[in-house]
This record gives sequence, structure tokens and C-alpha cells, in this order.
Amino acid sequence: MSELSVNHLLGIKYLTKQDIELIFETADQFKEVINRPIKKVPSLRDITIANLFFENSTRTKLSFELAEKRLSADVINFSASQSSVKKGETLIDTVNNILSMKVDMVVMRHPNPGAGVFLSKHVNARIINAGDGAHEHPTQALLDSYSIREKLGSVKGKKVVIVGDILHSRVALSNIYALQLQGANVMVCGPKTLLPKYIKDLGVNVETNLKKALEWCDVANMLRVQNERMDISYFPSTREYTQQFGVNKELLDSLDKEIVIMHPGPINRGVEITSDVADSNQAIILDQVENGVAVRMAVIYLLASKIKQ
Amino acid sequence: MSQKVLLNSKEVNITLHRLACQLIENHDDFSETVLIGIQPRGKYLADRLAQILTIDYKIKNIQLGHLDITFFRDDFRRGDKPLEANTTIIDFIVENKNVVFIDDVLYTGRSIRSALTAIQSFGRPKNVELLTLIDRRFSRHLPIQPNYKGRQVDAIDNQKVKVKWIENEGEDAVYLIEKDN
Repeated sequence: MSELSVNHLLGIKYLTKQDIELIFETADQFKEVINRPIKKVPSLRDITIANLFFENSTRTKLSFELAEKRLSADVINFSASQSSVKKGETLIDTVNNILSMKVDMVVMRHPNPGAGVFLSKHVNARIINAGDGAHEHPTQALLDSYSIREKLGSVKGKKVVIVGDILHSRVALSNIYALQLQGANVMVCGPKTLLPKYIKDLGVNVETNLKKALEWCDVANMLRVQNERMDISYFPSTREYTQQFGVNKELLDSLDKEIVIMHPGPINRGVEITSDVADSNQAIILDQVENGVAVRMAVIYLLASKIKQ
Repeated sequence: MSQKVLLNSKEVNITLHRLACQLIENHDDFSETVLIGIQPRGKYLADRLAQILTIDYKIKNIQLGHLDITFFRDDFRRGDKPLEANTTIIDFIVENKNVVFIDDVLYTGRSIRSALTAIQSFGRPKNVELLTLIDRRFSRHLPIQPNYKGRQVDAIDNQKVKVKWIENEGEDAVYLIEKDN
């Protein structure tokens, strides 16, 4: 198979195992490209991509923009804080106005879950979901799996624990779908208040003791506490959260094996992960960032190849 | 679909040795030369030539790479079939080197045009030459000609030239295949 089964990347739940394999095989080639002296290929020179960010982002936006530019696409950027959205324009109107300028693909981050799916039904462009509320963040999950595959050889059969604020995390949901699709065993670990009520229905193991979770796993993906999405207090204090769910060197050294530590960023050093862990050889946090560009290049390239002239 | 043999195993072997000798004539000890097999099918020819130069002609330190041109092709989004990428392995810089592109069949010349663009990502070569096992003359879309060629073939558009290698298809041979209309 050399073509994706989907026309948009709206979430991992719409992808097949073969789609993920194709994205990873293509990303392998792009990873080689971005390590050349000249890191650019001309494939998408006649494609225009709009990055629409209705919510703040640093690394995802930079990563997408770099991926687009390395593929030679024309790029326009938009952020909600500087736009007519503040003047009351609807999402479809905003996007259709942008598409009138002959845009072929839209990368969108939006605070509302399902915004990407909604848009894909109403506008004539390929849509890539760069995060929709607490729903999905598919490219983050792809680059996380790609990084596990790179570090451990494969994802199949590996034990991965996702630690932290599962309730508000789009990274967690996309990761659960992606890891399970590739045959990994998934566990979530965090305070009960930050675990969704029906999380077990997704077929994941649930653990509230971090030490036990780390003893079980090959890989620990540490998530940030998303204070900006919290309307009430979910745990007594940050100090107490750190004591129970923060990873430090002492805890890692007490395990009888060396596990891989991941973090999608931004890191709150000293909260979910201490500096000595984040900067240690066990952490592949910066590899994740590098792989993010290659994986996003692969996704954009494969979706663009379905736009016929 | 009928097919006829253009080169059998023995003829392929003789041709490869002739091409290797022609390379030696122009590139001496290969200290300033790099061989680049064009993916996907040129890599077999490049590997074989490097092997002959190293084992039969005792040339040391041949620099050999494989170049994938997928992302540099001019037919992205234009065909029915999606373009599949292959692996590029070039672990040296081609700046100021004599580069020899190696491909099995030269047809329209478009792959070589893409390769000329792609190789620039690895530096500015001193010059670039082209070696091809089969030259399908009279079918070029671009002004590109080989410097070294194994056999010249006058094939028409509905014929296909297929080069097989022991490594992947069990025999060394070149076939002219008549496509059914």
C-alpha cells in the first residue's frame, strides 16, 4: 500500500494500521532529508497551506511550519488573537475566506473538540487536526509512536504508561488509539480525579500508584497538568501532585530496568518530571521534537499526493 | 505479453566489466570520484559495478551511495499511482567530486533531471556523468545523454525494457517486453 486510506488527518481513530506504517516509512525518508546539508525538497512547490491556530501553540506550530517549508509549500499563518474571529466571524466563514485565496490544505488547532471533522464536511480543502480541545492531537501521537519505534525497534508488544492529566489531554487519547492500533499495551496513571470516568472502556489498564506503573512499563509518557483547562481544583496542591505523580531520578534508579521517558512538552520542570530526568539519557524528549518535523512532513506529503491536478 | 532477451547472463557480465574498465580509464584510482546508484533500480547496477571495481580491479575505497529522487520528481500529483519513497544513503559530501550517476535504463531522462537537482542537497559536484546499462535512444523528453552505456536499444513506447538482477529476481538478464494493447 502506498496511499493513505483517508483524505484528511482528523484523528488517529480514523486511521488504519497500514496508514500508520506508511506514514512511518515515509517519515524515515524525510528524517534522512532533514539531516542533509540542504534540508529541503521541492515536492509541494505548487501547494499552499494555511496554519490556523485558534489556540496557543509554540512547538506544534513551528514544527508544522518547518515541515511545510522543508517540502517547499507556500505557507500562510493565522492566529485567532489577531483575527476577525474576535469581531464575531464564524469558523466556516473565516476558513472559506482563506480558501478563496486558493489554499489547498488547512492545519488547524481549535479549542472545540470535533472542529476538524466539522470543517472537513464544509470546506473544500485537506484538513490536518493539530489539536481539537481535549479530543485528539494525531500528529503528536504519531511522532510519539515513531520515537518509540526508533528507540526500541517496534511499538508492537511494548508496555507504555501515560502519566498525568489524562482527563484534559488530547495527547493521551490519540496516543491510546495509536499505540493500541500498533499492538502495544497501554496503561494510564494519575490521580483519580484526572482520569476520565469511562477510561477502562478504551481497553487500557488503570493504575494510581506511579511506582507500580513504572515497574510495569517499557516507556513512560509524562503529561503536563493542563491548568488552563481546569475549572475546579482536581488535586490539593502542586506539591502533593509532584510527590505522588512526579518522576525523579531516585524513583527511576529504584526500578530494576531502564525505561524510556517521553514528554510531549511543554515541560513543567519540577512538577511532573525533574530536571535531572528530563535531561538524562533515558529521556527522548528532544528526539520527539526532531521526529515531529519528519512525521509531519510525511503526513503533509501523503495527504498532498491525493490532491490531483 | 511476449518478451525477448536483449542480454543474457554472460552478456550482462561482459558488459559490466567493459563499463568498469571505461570508468577506470576516466577516473583512475577513484579518489576524487563517487558512484551514485539511482533508486530504486539503479542501486543494483551501482552495487555490482562497485563490487567488480573492488574485487576484480583491486580499486580501494570506492565511495558508493544510493540516491532516492522521489521528492524531486516532476510528476508528483500527476499520475494515477502514488510515488513511493526509497532510502537515500549518501554518507559523504559530493562537493568538488566527480559524480557518476548509475541507473539501469535511460528512457525519458526525467529521473536523471530529478537526480541532478537532488544531488545538490549534498554539495556542488565538480562534474556529473551518467552511466546506464540500457539506453533507450529516441525516447528522450530532455537533452540528457549517457557518458557510458551498456547497450543501445530502439524500443517503441508500448515496449518495456526490464533489467533483472540475481540479487532480487534470480537472474542477470535484460528483456524487451511487448505490452498488450
